[in-house]
Amino acid sequence: MADIGPSASIEAVESGLAAQGYIASRQIATAVYLAQQIEKPILVEGPAGVGKTELAKAIAAWRGMKMIRLQCYEGLDEAKALYEWKYAKQLLYTQILKDKLGEVLGGAPTLEAALNQLHDFGDVFFSKEFVEPRPLLQALEQPAGCVLLVDEIDKSDAEFESLLLEILSDFQVTIPELGTVVAVSPPTVILTSNSERDLGDALKRRCLHLHIGFPEQKLEERIVESRVPGISQTLRRQMVGFINEVRTLDLKKLPSVSETIDWARVLVLLQAPELGHGVVKDTLNVLLKYEADIEATMPQVSTFIAKASRQGVFG
Amino acid sequence: MRENLHRFFRAARGAGVRLSPAESIDAMRAVSKVGFTDRAILRDTFLLTLAKTQDEKKALGDCFDLFFDQPEPESPPDGGKAGEHDRSGSNSASDSPGDGGGSDAQAEGLGQLAQMLLAQDRNAISAAIANAASAATLSDIRYFTQRGIFSGRILDQMGIQRLRDDLDNLAATNPALAERLTNALDGLRGTVRDTVSQALMLYGREEAENLRNEILRNAPLSRIEPRQVEQMRHLIRQIARRLRERYSKPRKRQRRGHLDVRRTLRRNAAWGGVPFLTAWKRRHRDKPKIVALCDVSGSVARVSDFFLLLIHSLHEVVDDVRSFAFSGQLIEVSDILESKSPERAMAEIMSKVGFGSSDYGSSLADFEAEWMSTITPQTTVIVLGDARSNNLDPRADILRRIAERSKRLVWLNPEGRMAWGWGDSEMPRYSTFCTVVRQCATAKQLERAVSDIVASYQ
Repeated sequence: MADIGPSASIEAVESGLAAQGYIASRQIATAVYLAQQIEKPILVEGPAGVGKTELAKAIAAWRGMKMIRLQCYEGLDEAKALYEWKYAKQLLYTQILKDKLGEVLGGAPTLEAALNQLHDFGDVFFSKEFVEPRPLLQALEQPAGCVLLVDEIDKSDAEFESLLLEILSDFQVTIPELGTVVAVSPPTVILTSNSERDLGDALKRRCLHLHIGFPEQKLEERIVESRVPGISQTLRRQMVGFINEVRTLDLKKLPSVSETIDWARVLVLLQAPELGHGVVKDTLNVLLKYEADIEATMPQVSTFIAKASRQGVFG
Repeated sequence: MRENLHRFFRAARGAGVRLSPAESIDAMRAVSKVGFTDRAILRDTFLLTLAKTQDEKKALGDCFDLFFDQPEPESPPDGGKAGEHDRSGSNSASDSPGDGGGSDAQAEGLGQLAQMLLAQDRNAISAAIANAASAATLSDIRYFTQRGIFSGRILDQMGIQRLRDDLDNLAATNPALAERLTNALDGLRGTVRDTVSQALMLYGREEAENLRNEILRNAPLSRIEPRQVEQMRHLIRQIARRLRERYSKPRKRQRRGHLDVRRTLRRNAAWGGVPFLTAWKRRHRDKPKIVALCDVSGSVARVSDFFLLLIHSLHEVVDDVRSFAFSGQLIEVSDILESKSPERAMAEIMSKVGFGSSDYGSSLADFEAEWMSTITPQTTVIVLGDARSNNLDPRADILRRIAERSKRLVWLNPEGRMAWGWGDSEMPRYSTFCTVVRQCATAKQLERAVSDIVASYQ
């Protein structure tokens, strides 16, 4: 990929993602291309429902790689994210091997000699056999590489961020009993955040920072086209225009791309030929998730429809 | 090009984007992959690798546009005609003087700069300005007073001396050509001036901003001019961010207490009570609870404004803040501050209770009557005011009761210690009940005061 020019490769990324049904803006494509070229994770920020998680899925599908997902939440720790010792298995094995151990230690005359003999066995019970790999370790062990999605990192504790640093910068983890595990082939790491809290500078520094906002009208129309193929062109243009008008309001939760797609599906299902006052009023709850937001939008519906259809004529 | 990138990084720092060396290395690696051919891609690359927040992205984008948008060399007013006239010889004029043939015969024997100007070879002029600028270390420019010096240096580097000689000679032999050259020189001066101004905007901003912030930090809050209010708010937000970063992450380790036997046993029940996982008790620590009483009369109003802005931007550190404003009477203003932008909130508060003559006694009485129950033994009460009660009853007894109920009582006074107790100031009477009394007139003192209060909860 390196021998064709960068702009051509970025276009290749764009079309590759488009083939998976993910319409990427130029900036997203550049980020994906760079992440691959300089082997850095991408930190994706933006409002909910603009396709942050979808991006990871699309990359995985496009490259034909496995996607490993780590959903973050408060209290997520090393044992659940990185690795854990299989305690039960360790206990079981000691029980089974009791007789064997007895045999080995049987010949020892003193306690000290027995201890020395035991030392010769090494740390059999702290070997790779007894490690339960969790998502982060799994990602490093994939021979063909993978897409590692660390979803909603802002929901996790600040300590967990620090845990990620080693993986993000060197693609390796250190397990005290085993040593350092280095990635077989570096995974493509995508971190997503809804900016619920500010992430640490150390984490941000290690990542490419990509902000996905609400898409431009043209791009959003293409997204709807790709996701909901059954929708007519006029209706598509009108509804995207309408949603863009709604986004200018001061609402609790603005409708994002996922809502647009849901709404498009609903409109197709209802076989609405075009955006009418009645249809919009009936389906506004698909678009807006708070009662107060719906109330604030209701009086404006007619104006927005008029604006949106005018755009349809001239646009 | 590497030189240019370094200059760009410096300019970006000036624009307020925090760049570490590691980030600039990343950016260089990324740039080496995408190349310089496509400007839009290059811009995206910088935005991805260097900027880490929305604000930084915007600042960096503007900086990028400014940096890569060199001022065009101006063409002289009669550019059309002269350009036509010279076009025949313009291609070779800049690199091989005297090669121009018939139409440029007079140009022979002139200096290189004169040749360039007469030929109107824009690219060559731009390149010459850029070279001269880097020879004159234009990127070291810091203050607007240096503009003249740097313009002079650049023109010197380009050989203005020789051009003047040429002009003198031509004035005698070929006045028409001399006039054209003079016009062209004026244009060149303009271009150089633009280049220098642009460099000042790129490289001087950081220094200028630091200087301004330093002055603002130490300026009395009550006396800053209206045009500085916006800058001051910006500064206060910076302070809030710094305090947030310092105090928002509670240190768990420090708080670890004894082994929690019961939780440990329960957690390890699966392994027959063999304690593989340990659970620890936490040492209890109070959450910051703040009740702020702010005087919003006359001279103290502005200090209160900034104080309220600061304390309400500290959500991550102190989420439990109740604010009250008073002059003649006292009202709660927490909701107003939470729901509105700082400017609008302050305007509303002022219209409700502001600008009256202050009456500490009745304001304290108002507080005791309605909100005394908000004070718990975990609460820090902050009173911000000059304690000038217009000779009315100070009701220090209420303050005593507040002090008894609360964890700490902090009094911040915008006036200097010298003024306490003079005139109608009741400060000595109040200060006996306060845990801490400090002067708080500048942004720096404000930061100290708030920082100490928050630190007492860590």
